[in-house]
Amino acid sequence: MISIRKVSKHYGSFQVLTDCSTDVQKGEVIVVCGPSGSGKSTLIKCVNGLEPFQQGEILVNGISVGDPKTNLSKLRAHVGMVFQNFELFPHMSVTDNLAIAQIKVLGRGREEAVDRGLKLLDRVGLLAQADKFPGQLSGGQQQRVAIARALAMDPICMLFDEPTSALDPEMVNEVLDVMVGLALGGMTMMVVTHEMGFARRVAHRVIFMDQGRIVEDAPKEAFFGTPRSERAQQFLSKILHH
Amino acid sequence: MYEFDWSSIPGALPFLWAGMKTTLEITALAVAVGIVWGTLLAIMRMSGIRLLSWFAAGYVNLFRSIPLVMVLLWFFLIVPALMESVFSIPRTSDTRLASAMVAFALFEAAYYAEIIRAGIQSVHKGQMGAALALGMSYGQAMRLVVLPQAFRNMVPLLLTQGIILFQDTSLVYVSSLADFFGAAYKVGDRDGRLVELLLFAGAVYFLICFSASLLVKRFQKKVIA
Ligand SMILES: Nc1ncnc2c1ncn2[C@@H]1O[C@H](COP(=O)(O)OP(=O)(O)O)[C@@H](O)[C@H]1O
Ligand SMILES: [Mg+2]
Repeated sequence: MISIRKVSKHYGSFQVLTDCSTDVQKGEVIVVCGPSGSGKSTLIKCVNGLEPFQQGEILVNGISVGDPKTNLSKLRAHVGMVFQNFELFPHMSVTDNLAIAQIKVLGRGREEAVDRGLKLLDRVGLLAQADKFPGQLSGGQQQRVAIARALAMDPICMLFDEPTSALDPEMVNEVLDVMVGLALGGMTMMVVTHEMGFARRVAHRVIFMDQGRIVEDAPKEAFFGTPRSERAQQFLSKILHH
Repeated sequence: MYEFDWSSIPGALPFLWAGMKTTLEITALAVAVGIVWGTLLAIMRMSGIRLLSWFAAGYVNLFRSIPLVMVLLWFFLIVPALMESVFSIPRTSDTRLASAMVAFALFEAAYYAEIIRAGIQSVHKGQMGAALALGMSYGQAMRLVVLPQAFRNMVPLLLTQGIILFQDTSLVYVSSLADFFGAAYKVGDRDGRLVELLLFAGAVYFLICFSASLLVKRFQKKVIA
């Protein structure tokens, strides 16, 4: 589904990504972790072309993201993305947030788009908030709407960039529950997160990044059992003990 | 001691009102065109395309570095002559009005471009990313997501700029176009009552601009709240 091959990226002389390679199969859930600044966000944004990269190749469903001939908008329409800061559109109601891209990008009629949007809003347990504006919702609620918004585009895979790290602790679980539901439903997911509980429950593989490199890429059991690299061991013991 | 005599004002009110309409027309058109053209300039300036951003930067810096009254004079000299030679439209007060409108619109666009650029930059960068991630084109993301938020933040500044422009339109007196100020001047000159007429005109400008800026302030509070 997603194939990342020897991807490197630099800002001027600063190397952000070095030779990153991995594959995500259909239905697979991959958790990406690593210290802040290690390039996790950059890597995940390369997957839907929000960040350009200079070397290597990324294929999503067989389509090359880096190829200048690729219609990136068309590709992105079916690759869902959820951001750390939610990024709901504050000037639109929840319903319009859910419907706008369906209408303008997929060409759906308004009625169909709203219908689909509300169905997904119900699925994340927020149907009652349909007419509110993002500013009237809690962070956890906003993130659930953002997930529903991405799902409304019928994505073939979902990318998450630290979806719970901007949330108050008591709201983390409501968002993780939605994500677990998605994972168990067979969605292909690439999730940047430090929520190791989530990783243990639903991840198939865990990737550990450090200084722009993929240092560890292992099945969940192996990763939590005995990470091979010292950096990953240190990182794990640090986040598991606080 | 100077004896005030206000008696020439009541009879001149229709003429003064016609002048006020000209003033409002110029202001409205310059604001409308200025915002549209200013938005395009702002987008050009921020685009990664060098030629466009150079053009926009040059345009903005040029107009911001020349006194408005000179821009007006050039346009009064150039535009009617152009209209006459290219479209063979005779020089009338209409062509003078048209050249005033063009001059103000082009001049204001330079100021609006900077306000709008700041407004666009005030929108959180992740909003563009989120819009693109949903499959929107750059144009759609700008139009549907970024600009509406930018304009909402900018409304007070845009209105304030409009109030300044409303006052600046009085500069069209250099073309003896009868805007409100020009009309008041003509009446005062005719009746030998310049002091009264200019005091009256000043009071009207003050009343309109002061109440408009009070409205802007109230609106600003609402936006922040
Ligand atoms: N636009 C940019 N220009 C220069 N450096 C950047 C830019 N964006 C990110 N970086 C740098 O790239 C590195 C990786 O960033 P990021 O992918 O956000 O890391 P992570 O998500 O793992 O915290 C960081 O050191 C960051 O400072
Ligand atoms: Mg990050």
